[in-house]
Amino acid sequence: MTKVKSLADLRKMKEELQNKVHLREKGDNAESLVQIRVGMGTSGIASGAKEIFNFFVEELEKRNIEAVVTQTGDMGYNFAEPTVEVTLPGKDPIVFGNVTTQKADKIIECYIKNGELVEGILPENYDKIDNK
Amino acid sequence: MKDISLHILDIANNSVSAGATLIEIEIYEQPLAGILTIKIKDNGRGMKPEILQKVTDPFYTTRTNRKVGMGIPLLKQNAEQTGGSLKIQSEERVGAELTAVFNTNHIDCPPLGNIAEIMTILITGNPKIDFLYTHKIENQEFSLDSRQIKEILEDVPINSPPMVRYIREMLTENIEEINQSNSNQ
Repeated sequence: MTKVKSLADLRKMKEELQNKVHLREKGDNAESLVQIRVGMGTSGIASGAKEIFNFFVEELEKRNIEAVVTQTGDMGYNFAEPTVEVTLPGKDPIVFGNVTTQKADKIIECYIKNGELVEGILPENYDKIDNK
Repeated sequence: MKDISLHILDIANNSVSAGATLIEIEIYEQPLAGILTIKIKDNGRGMKPEILQKVTDPFYTTRTNRKVGMGIPLLKQNAEQTGGSLKIQSEERVGAELTAVFNTNHIDCPPLGNIAEIMTILITGNPKIDFLYTHKIENQEFSLDSRQIKEILEDVPINSPPMVRYIREMLTENIEEINQSNSNQ
């Protein structure tokens, strides 16, 4: 059996990573990246938020999109779980509801890559014309 | 919830909302006795005794956007229907501790689920909060402290994709190993 991964290997890996990729300067991180927050309250979890979280983490890396995926609690849209909030750099956050892996794929391809809106946006989070 | 690990994710999120900076999660499997014990302990703001009494009531919640809170009642139901139990202790401004015991031989006992995945989500999904994870199977033990990971990583973000993958693999392999050493005994 091969040796299992340990913290010592992590140190090695971190050094490799630092040499390979030029890490962004401290502080310039968060705002310049795509930020994704997956709603993981009770109803989110029960509706499969875990699979959506993993999907974003894996697919964004595969597709070379620099993003931060974090989890958050209940966003108050329990009728539309799983919910995902996406914030593109310099833009207002948008919450997508009833997210499946297919829809998550569309969110990445259309919204994150090209800024095109995708079906299933929950209201209150974007400005209606009469609010402008 | 499909399995116990999802309950853990759910309950740990209560600790996150309570402003905890350190969340300790302990899994203790005793297959010989048919007992699985889950402990989740935080240093969040804790609860007053009168609130503590009500947390297992599904119609009690501290949230303001809705009138039900199902997290703890669902876990309590799942534990109790196996003949197990759920206990919560808390002191205001000190923290809270939840212990759930499952009788794993009972037909209604849900599987533990993919706990490595859940811990990865917790650790990398809440980069500002620290987690101390302990997993025991009979006398085999593995533990992981996110503070140690962060110390090694320094300025490399813990939620950068290669790290997320690494942490998941490290957890998966180590848990598999204690499982194997236990069954080899």
